[in-house]
Amino acid sequence: MNFFRFIWQNHEQVLELTLEHIWLVGVSTLVAAVIGIPLGIVIAHRTRLNKPVLASANIIQTIPSLALFGFLLPVPWLGERADRLAILALSLYALLPIIRSTYTGIRGVDPAVVEAGRGMGLTDSQLLFQVELPLAVSVILSGVRVAIVISVGLATIAAAIGAGGLGEFIFRGLAMVDDRVILAGAIPAAILALTADFGVGWLERRLQPR
Amino acid sequence: MQPTAPSPVIEFRDVSYRVAGTQVLAGFNLQVQLGETLVLLGRSGSGKTTTLKLVNRLLSPTGGEVRVKGVPSADADVIQLRRGIGYVIQDVGLFPHFTVERNIGLVPKIAGWSDERIRSRVGELMQMVGLAPDVGLRYPRQLSGGQRQRVGVARALAADPEILLMDEPFGALDPLTRDELQREFLLLQQRLHKTVVFVTHDLREALRLGSRIALMEAGRLVTVLPPLDFLRSPDPWASAYVRAFGDGLESAANRGAS
Repeated sequence: MNFFRFIWQNHEQVLELTLEHIWLVGVSTLVAAVIGIPLGIVIAHRTRLNKPVLASANIIQTIPSLALFGFLLPVPWLGERADRLAILALSLYALLPIIRSTYTGIRGVDPAVVEAGRGMGLTDSQLLFQVELPLAVSVILSGVRVAIVISVGLATIAAAIGAGGLGEFIFRGLAMVDDRVILAGAIPAAILALTADFGVGWLERRLQPR
Repeated sequence: MQPTAPSPVIEFRDVSYRVAGTQVLAGFNLQVQLGETLVLLGRSGSGKTTTLKLVNRLLSPTGGEVRVKGVPSADADVIQLRRGIGYVIQDVGLFPHFTVERNIGLVPKIAGWSDERIRSRVGELMQMVGLAPDVGLRYPRQLSGGQRQRVGVARALAADPEILLMDEPFGALDPLTRDELQREFLLLQQRLHKTVVFVTHDLREALRLGSRIALMEAGRLVTVLPPLDFLRSPDPWASAYVRAFGDGLESAANRGAS
C-alpha cells in the first residue's frame, strides 16, 4: 500500500493542488454560467439566433484542449499567467452544455403556460423570473453539472501550460513513470468529479418544479 | 363624450391579419357591447382564435384597428390592457409550480394588492367558481380537468376585469363536466355581467351561452345573430352548421336564454 504512504507523505501538496483544481473549475464554471445562461435565454426567445450560437459553441467544443491552451499562450494579457489562460479555455468548453441546457429548459416550458402568463399581463421579465426560469432550473442545472464534470477532467491538462491543479501529479508521474504519482492526481480528480456530480444532482432534484 | 348609444366595449374596424403570406383575417368588422356574451363560432382555421388574440394584443392587426373601451389597442399600454382583460384558454395554462391559491392570486399580486386583500379575494373567487377551500393548497397536477378549468376561470376573474376572453375553455372536458361548467358560467354571468368573447366550434355551446353568435368562415365574418335567429337564418353557412348539428338545438338555445 505504498500509494497511500505516498499520499500521506505528500498530503500538503495533494491538498494544495486539489484546491488549485477546485479554483480553476469553480471560476471557469461561474464565468461560463454568467455568460451561458443569459445567452441560452436569449436564443430560446430569439430562435433565429439559436443555430449560429449553438454552432459556435459546438465548434469551440471540437478544438482539442491541448491545442486551445497552446493557441491562447501568445495572447498578451492572458499568456502572462497560466491560470488566467486555463480559466478562459475551461470556460469556453463549459459554454456549450450550459447554453444548450438553458435553451432546452426554457423551450421546454409548456407554451400554454407562457401564453396564459402573457395574456394575463405579465411583463417579459416577470414571465422570465417567475415562470420560465423556475420551470427550467433543473434542466439548466443538469447542463451545469455536465460542464463541471467535463471541466474537472479538462483542468488536469491545464498543468501542461503550468496552470497547476491535480494535472501536475499526472504529468510528473508520466515523466517519472511512477503510477503512485499519477494516481495521486487522478484519484482526487475523480473524487472531485463524483462529488460535484452528486452535489449538483442533489440541488437539481431539490429545485425540480412539482 | 357621445350622448347617444353606448359605445361598444370592443370594436373591430376593418381588421385584417396576415402572417407568412396567409390571410388569416380580412375585412373584419364587429362590435361587442357591454355585458353581452358574444360567441365566435366557426370551424378550425376560420380565424376565431386570431380574432380573440387581437383583443388582448397577443397579436397585432396588419390592417385596420381594434378598439378596446374606445382606445385603439395599438395606442394602449399592452401590459395594462391585458391586466384589464381576463383570458381563459383550452389548455388552461396554470403555472405548474404554483399552488392553486398562488395561481389565482398572481395578477392581483403583480398589481400590488396587499396580501390580506389577495387572500380574501382568492377565497371569494374559489367559492364563486365552486372550488372547495382545501383545493387552494394543491398543485395543478393534483386536480381534475374540470377543477383546473375552474381555477383558470377564477384566475382570469382575479383582478375583476371588465372583459373576459375565453378560447374553447370547455373544449377538452368530458360531456358531463362541460355541461356543469356551462351551467355555472351562465349563473356566473348573470351575477357579473362581464363583456365576454367566447370562442367555440360547438353550435350547441354557442346557442346555450351566447347572447349573440358571430359565425366565421375562412377569416371572414359571415353573420352575427342572436341564438334563436341563428337557427332560422337562411344564410347558407349558418344553415349548414345547424344541419350538421341536427335536432334538439331549439332547447339548447332556450336553455341559454332562460
